[in-house]
Amino acid sequence: MTRTLVPEDQPAPPEASQELERRAADARSRRGLWIASAPAAYLVLLFALPLLIVFVYSFATRGTTGQTILADWNITAYARLFNPLVREIVLRSVGYAAVTTVISLVVSYPFAYYIATRPARMRNVLLVLVMIPFWSNFLVRTYAWRVLLSSSGPVSQLTQLLGMGQTRLLFTTTAVVLGLVYGYMPFMILPLYAAIERIDLGLVEAARDLYASGARAFWRVTWPLSRPGVVAGSILVFIPSLGAYVTPEILGGSKTTMLGSYIVRQFLSARDWPFGSALSFVVTALMLIATLVYFRTGGRTL
Amino acid sequence: MRKVFALAALLALSVTACSGGATSVEEQAGGGDGAASAATQAAASDAAPAPAAVQCEVGEVDGELVLYNWTEYIDPELITKFKDEFGVDVVEDFYPSNEEMLARVQGGSSGFDVVVPSDYMVGVMIEEGLLLPLNADAIPNAGNIADGFTSPPFDPELAYSMPYQWGTTGIGVNLSVVGNNPDPTWGWIFDPQMDDQLNGRISMLDDPREAMAAALSYLGYSINSTDEAELQEAADLIAETTDRLAAFDSDQFEDLLVSGETAVAHGYSGDFFVGFDEADNPDDYAYLVPEEGAVRWVDNMAILADAPHPCTAHAFINFILDARNGAQLTNWNYFGSPNVAAEEFIEPDVLEDPAIYPPPDVLSNLEFIENVGETERLYTDLFTEAKS
Repeated sequence: MTRTLVPEDQPAPPEASQELERRAADARSRRGLWIASAPAAYLVLLFALPLLIVFVYSFATRGTTGQTILADWNITAYARLFNPLVREIVLRSVGYAAVTTVISLVVSYPFAYYIATRPARMRNVLLVLVMIPFWSNFLVRTYAWRVLLSSSGPVSQLTQLLGMGQTRLLFTTTAVVLGLVYGYMPFMILPLYAAIERIDLGLVEAARDLYASGARAFWRVTWPLSRPGVVAGSILVFIPSLGAYVTPEILGGSKTTMLGSYIVRQFLSARDWPFGSALSFVVTALMLIATLVYFRTGGRTL
Repeated sequence: MRKVFALAALLALSVTACSGGATSVEEQAGGGDGAASAATQAAASDAAPAPAAVQCEVGEVDGELVLYNWTEYIDPELITKFKDEFGVDVVEDFYPSNEEMLARVQGGSSGFDVVVPSDYMVGVMIEEGLLLPLNADAIPNAGNIADGFTSPPFDPELAYSMPYQWGTTGIGVNLSVVGNNPDPTWGWIFDPQMDDQLNGRISMLDDPREAMAAALSYLGYSINSTDEAELQEAADLIAETTDRLAAFDSDQFEDLLVSGETAVAHGYSGDFFVGFDEADNPDDYAYLVPEEGAVRWVDNMAILADAPHPCTAHAFINFILDARNGAQLTNWNYFGSPNVAAEEFIEPDVLEDPAIYPPPDVLSNLEFIENVGETERLYTDLFTEAKS
């Protein structure tokens, strides 16, 4: 880059040019350090440090009345992770999160495609509409679902009108998945929109010109090009769904304990902080490893 | 209306939860190494140090009142009255079970002044050194307390606590589903045969001691059993029932019942009466005290050992024990008042209601939940597993 500044008939001595480039690189890295310091501090203070505390507590001892004793370090809490109840809750949580992710993807894709192909003005209006629900508290919105799904609520009244009888949705698996899809769908729509909006629609036209059917053009051109959005959206929906607490607690009733609720229960009800910490730590660590593995192996398209 | 109130309470909770966090950070900064002191406190609580009493004048205030209470347990107008009378602000936060309250205050520096633990929990908290000895001189209204409440087994001299309200735990039913004159039995919850007409529209309290008490009573055991086999049997019964239940719920069970979401609900007497009152057809609902035995409880006001405003806390306890204020409390939440002087101000139909003030033959069938020491942990563990 310094080349163009130097007249051709007077080539700079190689040492000087190297020196200049080295200085520029130094300045860049200093600047980088400066800019990165705020996010780094944020991550250390609000993520790494709390996680470390959780890690330490997971080896602590639980006292007779539920106090946490920071002595007699042991791995009892980790041994309990292998009991069948924990396995059942983990499988259930993974199942709910996977179903939520798939439904969100299927519903969001056409929607994101629609937004991305509108004129710019319309696009902005639609994007604002997607984000409007965030203006009110998530807890309040979830309670609203409780009213909507109750057996005297509008959904049930509609089915009664149609002669299908009272429906019972509240406190069922359906209610939990519905609540999760509702809560996390914007996290699917936005990355999908970003990915689809970047696609050069000329490529799709070219495919059609070469006699590809609409479906074929989609599968061979649009879908592969939008994959980064699909992957990002799926990660953003799957991870919070797996640890969801509010939705299964409020809409789920008694048969739908998910990981988040089970962890909270260890702290508030059972007062077993070491076990709750061990659960939290393992979940966080597994998520972190899974994400890292994904980015290391071919996930670079993001 | 109640729905709106519940939402408002939730919002208030999220706001106070934040401010509570801020307070504790402040205090820890002031008191040196917060984490270390909390840890030592936790480790040393087997030999709980007796917190020193404070000296307060009658009606003396030393700042705002931070009240940690059960949900929907105090008339908001009483809070307003306290604010006006003493010129201090009141911050409220709410809990749905004794265990959740204990978990919040156990680490220390919770920032709360007054808590309202039930009988057995007062015992647990005294043992752990979490409560401040009361300054009797600052609570002259203690003289209003009825005879039956002046020497409870968990705090025989009322040295740490003063009774707030009392009641029973039973089941609320929708008569249009279960039929008129239903048998008063825990079978409505635990008997799969009786479930035919209910189709699982049942809720149970999300509270380890209460839920286990219901199961133990149904099985014919004491609600304070310390026999591991009996407790396991009760937990197994809850686990089997979980598959049929609609929900575990401690703060909206009466709303779920009157909205038709459930037909049978396990819950506290007064909450049902408030719920029935606001239902479209109050006569459709009834509260039953199961004949197998049930829980009678007393909730008590107590001050935390590390309360930031102990004098305001004393003033509040004295305020609630006032005859008129005690009556206002009962007229609002329909729980029995331990305040004998309040009775002349309590509405007659409340005072004469056998479901609120049960007759002696029903009372004799009820048990208090007692502090069972180390077995308490088994109760919470078994219940947590059973409902998962």
